[in-house]
Amino acid sequence: MILRELSEAFGVSGNEGDVRAIVLDAVRGHVDAVKVDALGNVLAFKRGTGRQRMRVMLAAHMDEVGLMVVGHDNDGFLRVKAVGGIDPRLLPGTILQVGSERIPGVIGVKPIHLLKKEEHEKVPKLEDLVVDIGAKNKDEARKLAPLGTYATFATRFRELGPTVSGKAFDDRAGCAVLVELLRGERFRFDLHAAFTVQEEVGLRGARVAAYAIEPDCAFALEGTIADDIPKDKDISPTTELGKGPAITVMDRSFIADRRLVRLLTSTAEELGIPYQIKQPGVGGTDAGVIHLTRKGVPSVTVAVPCRYIHSPVALLSLDDFNNTVRLMRQSLSRLTRRALEREGSETLERERSET
Amino acid sequence: MRELIRSLVETYGPSGAEEQIRATIRAEVESFADEVRVDPLGSLVVRKQGSGEGKRIVLAAHMDEVGVMVTYVDEKGFARFTHIGGVSPLTCIGARVAFADGRVGVVGLEEKREDTSKVPKFEQLYIDVGATGRDDCPVHVGDAAVFVRPFVAQGTRLIAKAMDDRIGCAVLIETLRRLERTPHDVYFVFSVQEETTLSGARTSTYSIEPDLAIAVDVTGTGDTPECHPMAVELGKGPAVKVQDRGMIAHPSVRDLLVQRAKEAGIPYQLEVLERGTTDAAAMQLVRAGVPSGCLSIPCRYIHSPSEMVDEGDVENSVRLLLEVLRAA
Repeated sequence: MILRELSEAFGVSGNEGDVRAIVLDAVRGHVDAVKVDALGNVLAFKRGTGRQRMRVMLAAHMDEVGLMVVGHDNDGFLRVKAVGGIDPRLLPGTILQVGSERIPGVIGVKPIHLLKKEEHEKVPKLEDLVVDIGAKNKDEARKLAPLGTYATFATRFRELGPTVSGKAFDDRAGCAVLVELLRGERFRFDLHAAFTVQEEVGLRGARVAAYAIEPDCAFALEGTIADDIPKDKDISPTTELGKGPAITVMDRSFIADRRLVRLLTSTAEELGIPYQIKQPGVGGTDAGVIHLTRKGVPSVTVAVPCRYIHSPVALLSLDDFNNTVRLMRQSLSRLTRRALEREGSETLERERSET
Repeated sequence: MRELIRSLVETYGPSGAEEQIRATIRAEVESFADEVRVDPLGSLVVRKQGSGEGKRIVLAAHMDEVGVMVTYVDEKGFARFTHIGGVSPLTCIGARVAFADGRVGVVGLEEKREDTSKVPKFEQLYIDVGATGRDDCPVHVGDAAVFVRPFVAQGTRLIAKAMDDRIGCAVLIETLRRLERTPHDVYFVFSVQEETTLSGARTSTYSIEPDLAIAVDVTGTGDTPECHPMAVELGKGPAVKVQDRGMIAHPSVRDLLVQRAKEAGIPYQLEVLERGTTDAAAMQLVRAGVPSGCLSIPCRYIHSPSEMVDEGDVENSVRLLLEVLRAA
């Protein structure tokens, strides 16, 4: 399962080399051309059958959130800062892998026996935490993990029956969906896949990838928040596990193209594929910069719901994963150039009657 | 012009769902234009051919308006919502909102709140469309709605929802209609998604590659009780932007507007806006850079369901734009 390999790969923003190698290996033989661009994005091209003359971009980001070494204590502990959105509440006591040698490390924590009453109720700040790699002193710590060394969670991928757990499902789940789509039959249009870098620190790779590709429309593939854990009030979950792929209408980074949303929902309804609309106004994805590229790119985001993203371990449903691949494949087979045309009053009238 | 304004402000068009307002504007401009097209993100681009000696100029007004979007429908059929663009929970309480099909909902406020003296959060508000449960609720997650409020003209003041920026759209349409001869190729851009991400103006400007761009939008005023100090008043003429939070107006564009206003004896004010920005902030950064500025229509109560402008300021905005386009 490609998701296992991708999930276990080391790829904090700016250091996506391991993930890139897996992706290159996974798509080779299934695409007509593949290259790595100046920022490190993998751009793969799969020619269409020629029946729809258009360029469709599918993007998934390879990077994950993590930590970076920014200092060394005299007694050999590492000081770290967050790369991307890390929740400090989840860090004490977690196991890390540090640097390209994957040195095991533990985030140091005072034993419960020694905690004072007020410490029980407080979340330690990231700058007060240390990473213990067993170094004897500052020099040894510096040698093993120099300034700028990346660290990520040391979480193995596990199959728990209908669900799987692992780290970095945001967005290795999207990467895995994209690999599956590239491995399948050709579409009618030219498919441009972008496995992007540095999404978690500012949607950086996708911006230049979209500039190079110049797509007619784009789909960002994601692993998104599922917060269907118990709550005391009947209020909105962002998405729910097992309820199918999540389609974004609006998040903090962009507003999805309604025609693409409709393509996805009508395809799902026609084929009986479960789907959900992600709670609007939450999060942001590569689509936030892709849609602004050049003369504008109608875009939408489709995601596999994942519980506990940006934490040491996330959990997703394989049914949701497979339904995301299926919904994307079926929707893309129905996508035509005409669906994106707006010129002429006829198109306008049609749009008007549909809204 | 009042009927044009009425028709524009009363049309539905939250950011990302501009189909209806685009059709309304298109019908108003088509017979005056040399070319009309819709850009990939949905902005309406209306070109008026110049005599050839002038520049390529973009005049941009955004056709989207702020609104709300359904985030969840609960068991009893009440819809929770979030905002599209800058909307305050304060202006939502008691408001009516309308969805794309015209269906109306009322905004309700949870009664049990810890501290009732505090401004409620969006999580404490809901839309009641009269449903009895989740299954018969006619609105769904992702549906967008706008405020409902009829257009009122009272004395020289015009009051409506979505003056921001349908009044700019009206100024552009009226300018196009009165424009007889110009040396410039003028692109009237009715942009999408300004209120959220300035997306439409940025991408249309990329296609057009203009020599100069002017956003026509509303700006705040400093003439209401206990407001933040600002040297702009309703009725004192259109405001020439000097700077706002997103941009510094290009001096050549600012000076051009001031110069033409002086020559024609049109009242104007200079504007420094400390909060907020417009399409010009995005347009000036396109490609290798575009000298950009902003002609602002002073407006009270921006982003509330009752935004107020002065009719004289609107008329003088049209006159000033015509002066700008008149000569090279």
